[in-house]
Amino acid sequence: MLWVDKYRPRRLDNLILNKHIGEHLSQLVKTGDCPHILFYGSPGVGKKTLVIGLLHQIYGDGVEKIRVETKPWKIQLPSRTLEVELTTLSSNYHVEMNPSDVGNNDRHVVQEIIKDMAKSRPLDIQGQRSFKVLVLNEVDRLSKDAQHSLRRTMEKYSSACRLILICNNVSKVIDPVRSRCLCIRVAAPTQEAIMSMCQHVAGEEGLKLPEGLNTRIAAASDRNLRRALLMLETCRAAKYPFSDDQPVQLTDWELYIQEIANDILGEQSPKRLFVVRGKLYELLTNCIPPELILRRLMLELVKKLDDELKHQAAQLAAFYEHRLQEGQKHIFHLEAFVAKFMSEYKNWALMAFG
Amino acid sequence: MAPSLFDKGKQKSSEAHSSSEQPWVEKYRPRNINDVAHQEEVIRTLEKALQTSNLPHLLFYGPPGTGKTTTALAIARQLFGPSLQKARVRELNASDERGINVVREKIKGFAATSVGQPVEGYPCPPFKLLILDEADSMTQDAQNALRRTMEAHSKVTRFIFICNYISRIIEPLASRCAKFRFKPLHLGVMDARINHICSAEGVSLAPKAMETLGKVSGGDLRKAITCLQSAVRLRGSTVEPATILDVAGAVPGGVTTSLLAACQAGTFANIQEAIRNLIAEGFPVQQVLLELQTAVLAEGGVRDLQRARICHALGEADKCLADGSDEFLQLLSVASQVQQTLCSTA
Repeated sequence: MLWVDKYRPRRLDNLILNKHIGEHLSQLVKTGDCPHILFYGSPGVGKKTLVIGLLHQIYGDGVEKIRVETKPWKIQLPSRTLEVELTTLSSNYHVEMNPSDVGNNDRHVVQEIIKDMAKSRPLDIQGQRSFKVLVLNEVDRLSKDAQHSLRRTMEKYSSACRLILICNNVSKVIDPVRSRCLCIRVAAPTQEAIMSMCQHVAGEEGLKLPEGLNTRIAAASDRNLRRALLMLETCRAAKYPFSDDQPVQLTDWELYIQEIANDILGEQSPKRLFVVRGKLYELLTNCIPPELILRRLMLELVKKLDDELKHQAAQLAAFYEHRLQEGQKHIFHLEAFVAKFMSEYKNWALMAFG
Repeated sequence: MAPSLFDKGKQKSSEAHSSSEQPWVEKYRPRNINDVAHQEEVIRTLEKALQTSNLPHLLFYGPPGTGKTTTALAIARQLFGPSLQKARVRELNASDERGINVVREKIKGFAATSVGQPVEGYPCPPFKLLILDEADSMTQDAQNALRRTMEAHSKVTRFIFICNYISRIIEPLASRCAKFRFKPLHLGVMDARINHICSAEGVSLAPKAMETLGKVSGGDLRKAITCLQSAVRLRGSTVEPATILDVAGAVPGGVTTSLLAACQAGTFANIQEAIRNLIAEGFPVQQVLLELQTAVLAEGGVRDLQRARICHALGEADKCLADGSDEFLQLLSVASQVQQTLCSTA
């Protein structure tokens, strides 16, 4: 098992980070009342961990008996029958899914499942909870249609089904949905917190983690605990005992983007653009999200630029990222960003150095 | 406020244990149009309609949380009473399938059927009500398909459209309806309602809490009530202003001040670092932009032209965010533009 999963707290009481949120949540459950909840925060800050803890707090051990199902849903629309296949994680008490996996049909699937759940109320012998929980991941990637259809559904079926929504980007969740939820912001751990967590995990594994390496892992993790722990484990696989100056291995795609950034800064010509395009394609075919590529590429470029150009790079990246969200083919917009940046860079170089 | 409403709530809670879990928004939804807060003109007109048992097609529009759906449901209730409501009233909203096919088949079917016998004690006018909630999310085609249906069956069916943006309703439909605008609630009205709920639920508000509630909700009563309930659920029955800010997802003042300071002082590295932390803390960026705007407008020593440029940049970024752009990139771009504007002499 990966360390990330091995040391994930499974109870609200065992939380180390976000302890105050855990306390509030368990108080919430104790009053017997559970509203719809929306967790938001950047990746790797512990949203999912909170959900797991919360579910356990509500239902007890039974919730950990999980089955994975890939079920074909047959949904009867007025005009046609829609067949979609969706993988869900479920226990007797809850269902978890990634509705955005089904693309444009997400709206029908969400409704169908909620209605399905609302029909079959859990028969609990102790009779403590009369509702089931539906956990929706990546709500920010749900289509607007689907979010709108959630509005009334959330109210109508609230007695039988509670929603727990998880998202990164809360701006993408429409207001009416937000106003129906208890919104909980999960802040990223500070660098010190990450260092102490790494130290803690290393201690549990019986490893000695030198301070210098720990600091560099924490710095490279970008306040993302999951990333930090994965890096730690990679370092362990690469070399043990740890040495203080051991390099922290970045992921392949990050190195690849670094390479692209160097290519762009090295030469600005259509020929080079062609080379870069090939590399961008490579990244896209490996399922790296285009927003992430653009963001990372901008950050890499900015490292090596003058202040004046940094501003331009940031503004260009924002502009083309917006285009990318509106458009269909991601490669066009990535490439447009590279081309525009190259031309700006060249102009600037000509002005500065003649 | 109406004590009858209250007693009902109590009875229910003894009946079913689920009513304590009901959101307060639903629990305290007015059942009678007289209880709908702050929409006097609308209510007066509708009361007339109730007395004469004659109703035109209606179109309610206005910002969220002002009582549009509540009013529609209350009219239905008062006209037909609980027993007939099932047969005479049909509510369709965005969570129901509402494409053109549904309009052609279901809505037309419902609209065309004739009405049954009235019951005692309620006006029971000889028509049915079709409530189309969140009508702005209906497609143009579906709306077009409704035009003739509305006229053809106006003898037996009245339509109520509810929407946030009247501009999304096609003109031919809008012109067939009596339009009512629901205005955002102002603080005084909201206070009364919130106090009523507080006393019913045994909640005490700390001083200033009401003010904060009004500020974060911006005239949206549903939001205010949800905030209140969330705050109570989180921290128990005494509500502090800080708790309300917390659950409402508001951004603490210090955050924007430091961002603005980074913009004013420094180099690109300053803002990059400030924004990286801000995103990591998970603050909603649209909120940050709003606060930033307030901060920039309040800031002394900024010329009008600069302010205008900054506001322009903020507006662009807000639109991009609404389209689903990346928060980090947008905020970085805004901050970079703010920095350039503030530091330039032009």
